[in-house]
Amino acid sequence: MAKGIMIVAEQREGALRKISMELASTARKLADAGGDEVSAVLLGGPGVETLAAELGKYGVDKVFVGEDAALDPYVTEAHAAITAKIIKENDPAVVLFGASVQGKDLSARVAAKLATGLATDCTDVKIDGGKLVCTRPMYAGKCFGEVTFNASPAMASLRPNVFPAAENAKAGAVTKVDAKVDAASIKSKVLEVQKDTSGKVDLTEANVIVSGGRGMKGPEGFGILEELAGVLKGTVGASRAAVDAGWRPQKDQVGQTGKVVSPNLYIACGISGAIQHLAGMSSSKCIAAINKDAEAPIFAKADYGVVDDLFKVVPALTAECKKLVG
Amino acid sequence: MNIIACVKQVPDTEAQIKVKADGSGIDDGQIKWVMNPYDEYGVEEALRLKEKNGGDVTIVCVGPARAMETIRTALAMGADKGVHVSDPALDNADAFVTASALAAVIKGLPHDIIFCGQRAIDDDSGQVGAMLAELLGIPQLTLVTKLEYAGSSVKVIRPIEGAQLSIETALPCVVTAQKGLNEPRYASLPGIMKAKKKPVDVKNAAALGIATEAKAKVAKTIPPPARPPGKIVCGDEPEQKAAELARLLREEAKVI
Repeated sequence: MAKGIMIVAEQREGALRKISMELASTARKLADAGGDEVSAVLLGGPGVETLAAELGKYGVDKVFVGEDAALDPYVTEAHAAITAKIIKENDPAVVLFGASVQGKDLSARVAAKLATGLATDCTDVKIDGGKLVCTRPMYAGKCFGEVTFNASPAMASLRPNVFPAAENAKAGAVTKVDAKVDAASIKSKVLEVQKDTSGKVDLTEANVIVSGGRGMKGPEGFGILEELAGVLKGTVGASRAAVDAGWRPQKDQVGQTGKVVSPNLYIACGISGAIQHLAGMSSSKCIAAINKDAEAPIFAKADYGVVDDLFKVVPALTAECKKLVG
Repeated sequence: MNIIACVKQVPDTEAQIKVKADGSGIDDGQIKWVMNPYDEYGVEEALRLKEKNGGDVTIVCVGPARAMETIRTALAMGADKGVHVSDPALDNADAFVTASALAAVIKGLPHDIIFCGQRAIDDDSGQVGAMLAELLGIPQLTLVTKLEYAGSSVKVIRPIEGAQLSIETALPCVVTAQKGLNEPRYASLPGIMKAKKKPVDVKNAAALGIATEAKAKVAKTIPPPARPPGKIVCGDEPEQKAAELARLLREEAKVI
C-alpha cells in the first residue's frame, strides 16, 4: 500500500532552490501527523549527492539521488522519466513538487506518466482521514478550490514563498538510484542559458514587491520604485496597464494574465486595482497602496492605504525606510 | 505543415467570480465567455507558421456547447477546421481527463506541432500541455515566448526564474504559449463570415474511448479568505504619511 510523503527537490547549478526546503518542511509536518517517512528525489549531474545533507537538515529521512550528466541542466523528458521511475518503485502516498517553472513543467508530465491527479500551485495542504486535501487558488485567486484525489499517488505542487522552511534535522540517508538516461529518448536540448544579470529576485520568489501602474505616468516614473525596491531588497512589478503601454517588460506583470505573487509585502503605487490585478496579488501577506484617488478599488484590499501624490510619498518612504533598515 | 491549436473557453479577466452557496462551483450566469488569453497566443503562432510555411491549422477544444463560439473565433482568425469535444460527462474534467480527450483527437490527426496556452485563466492548472505531450509520447516546450521553425525542429526561448533558456526540440512537439510570444490578431469581418462555413467535427467521450472520471477533483469551491479591513494612513503632508507608513510596516506589520 502506498505510504509516506515524497518531495521532488529542485536544484540549479549545485545549489538547492529555496522551494526545496519549503517542500521538505511541509512534507515533514504532513508526515509527522501520520507517523510517516519523508523521502526526496534529488536529480542532477555528477556530484549532486552533496546536497542530500541539506535536505536532511529540513526534515527528509531518505534521499533518492540520481546522478547523470544528462540530468544537468534540467530537461523535461530525462527528469520526468527518472522521477516517475523512483515514484513507481517506492510507492509514496503523496508526492510534492514546487510550483516553480521547473516544478510545474515536471509535475504535469510525471502525473500523466503515472495517470494520476495533480493539484497545481497549492497554498495549503493537509492530511484529512489519511488522504491529501489541497487548497489552491483558481481564477488567479478570485476563488479557491479544495482538491481531493481519486488516484495514487496524490500529487501537488506548492506555491513558492507560502510554506515556511524550518530546520528539523533527520537522517537524509542517501540511496543512489540508477539514473542512466537513454539518450535516444531525449528529443530536447538546452542550447543556451542566458542569465538575468540584474541580480533581481524573480517576482514569484520575492519577499518584497514594489509595483507601479498607470499612475506612474511613464517608464521614467518607475525610477523611484526601483529606488524603494533597492532599499527593501525587493523586486519591481507592474500592472497590465503599465506593461501594455510598453513602460515595463512583460515578465514584470502581476495579475491574472501575468504572475500571481505572494510576497510578505506588496506596495502598489499608482495602481487603481482592476480586478485582474487584484487577483494576482491579493494573497500577499501585507499590502500597502499609494494612490491619490481615495475611491480606487486597491484600497479595499490594502492593509495600509496612503491617499496622496505617489511622486511625493514614494521618495519620502524610501528615505524613511533607509533610516529604519540601515 | 499540420498545425494544431488547442483552445478553451474561459470567463473574461474582468469577470467577478461568485461562489455558489453550496460550494459546488461558481455561479456562471453573468459571465462573459472568451477564448483563454494564452490560447490566443497559441492560435496566432499557429496561423503565422501556416502563413510562412503552408499547411493547415486545426482547432481542438474540449468544452460545453457554448465553447463552439470560441472555436468559431479561432476559425475567424484564420484557422481551417475544428474539432469540438462536447459531452456533459466532461463538465468536471480535470487536466488529465482534458488532456486524454485532446490526445485521443490529435492521435487521429496528422500533427507536426501542437499549441496550447501555458495555462487556462479559470482553473489555473497549467498542466494540460505537458500531459498532452506525455500522452502523445512527444516532447513539450512550456512557457514559450519566442519560436523559430527549422524544418524538422523548433528552437524556442522560455523564461525561467532569473534566466532565459534557448531550447531546440525535434518535431512533433507540444508548445505552450506565454504572453510575449506574439500579438494576436483580431478576426476580420470577412473572416467571421468565412468561419461560419468552416467544418467543425463534434465528438463525445464515448466516441474517443476515454475515461471521464477526474483524478484530482475540486470537491469544494470557496471564496477567498476575507482580508481584515485596512487603515488609511493619516498625516497632513505626504512626508508625514510616508513616515507613518514606514513605522506601521516596521512595527505593526513587521514586514520591513
